[in-house]
Amino acid sequence: MTTHPHRKVIIIGSGPAGLTAAVYTARASLAPLVIEGEPSSTSDQPGGQLMLTTEVENFPGFPEGVQGPELMQRMRDQAARFGAEFLTEKATKVDFSSRPHRVWVRDDEYTTDAVIVSTGALSLMLGLADETRLIGHGVSTCATCDGFFFRGQEIVVVGGGDSAIEEASFLTKFATKVTIIHRRDKFRASKIMQQRAFDNPKIAVRWNSQVTRLVGANKLESIEVTDTQTGAKETLAVGGLFVAIGHKPNTDLFKGVLDMEDTGYLVTQPGSSRTNVEGVFACGDVQDHTYRQAITAAGSGCMAAIDAERWLEHRHATAAK
Amino acid sequence: MAGNVVTLTTDNFDETIKAATTPVLVDFWAEWCGPCKHIDPVIRQIAVEKAGALTVAKLNVDDYVDIALRFNVMSIPTMIVFKNGKEVDRLVGARGKSALLGDLGKHL
Repeated sequence: MTTHPHRKVIIIGSGPAGLTAAVYTARASLAPLVIEGEPSSTSDQPGGQLMLTTEVENFPGFPEGVQGPELMQRMRDQAARFGAEFLTEKATKVDFSSRPHRVWVRDDEYTTDAVIVSTGALSLMLGLADETRLIGHGVSTCATCDGFFFRGQEIVVVGGGDSAIEEASFLTKFATKVTIIHRRDKFRASKIMQQRAFDNPKIAVRWNSQVTRLVGANKLESIEVTDTQTGAKETLAVGGLFVAIGHKPNTDLFKGVLDMEDTGYLVTQPGSSRTNVEGVFACGDVQDHTYRQAITAAGSGCMAAIDAERWLEHRHATAAK
Repeated sequence: MAGNVVTLTTDNFDETIKAATTPVLVDFWAEWCGPCKHIDPVIRQIAVEKAGALTVAKLNVDDYVDIALRFNVMSIPTMIVFKNGKEVDRLVGARGKSALLGDLGKHL
């Protein structure tokens, strides 16, 4: 077991929330350690969900748009410039029951005064038999990584939110036809994204439908689609299936430690980033089931940094008395 | 030089995986793939640490899509382990260093 120098602030997670918190706490000379996560082909990776997107058009300050991974790299560079340190590992255990707070990366123990939790959200999968086996063999969690391999083919995107439509639009660069399969009769996505789907001649939509079976020996060959209203089943031949049905908060690490809703979202005190544990703050999608935007995550990351900074100052002032 | 990462092309691909005296890890990647960029430093570290026991090579699928298709690569990053020119294992998707070393352990 290795122990490391005590920290004033540890930030767990490195999406827009964690990196904004890192920029602010680093500028406040708190020398934060960012436990940024490990490489992965899901959103559970350094940089978070934006690492799997292409063009980000709604982040203020980028009138021409910016690539998701580039935006995250720039946020990371900005935090590093002011002295934030990065550990490209996943936090594996926490203990917030005594002071200082403790965070582990496998056998390595880190102690800290304040903790900022910004672990974000994980992409949901369909939960079908054979789904895991077929990932990388026709089933994909990353359109930007895998779209290239479906040139000239017909593919399916499952979902109805902005990310489903963004993926579908992106995939029309390669595929001859993209069918969006959505279980409701209308999209959750923003109007501008919906219009983009309806205007694209390569995109078709199958409403009120669910994928209920994946078929393929070595690679995906077909899917079974069930009509959610009539129950009628149909088999579609497809080479590629992209899943974009939403996210769940990445909070397994904090079960029994931090207050969370039944859905797993961390509970913060209204108008602040404070959790039920003193000195532990939460920001970004891990505590936000309403907005879930890069800019709201960044905003709440700033709140967490300021809350942590004030909490540290107050504690210091109290200790000096 | 020990620890170097071999850049694969149509001209050296077959030769590299057949002639190597160690297992060969081939990383299929592309510039536009975020997770591929994250594992690049990881496999470069492994190339140095496992020099002599493992040959590490990279193939850009944008430039050599024919080779990617020949091995049915449909997702990147995909890492294929070759021994004596034959595929013995396939790792699909990015992962951290300790996980990757764990996956490679049985081949070294």
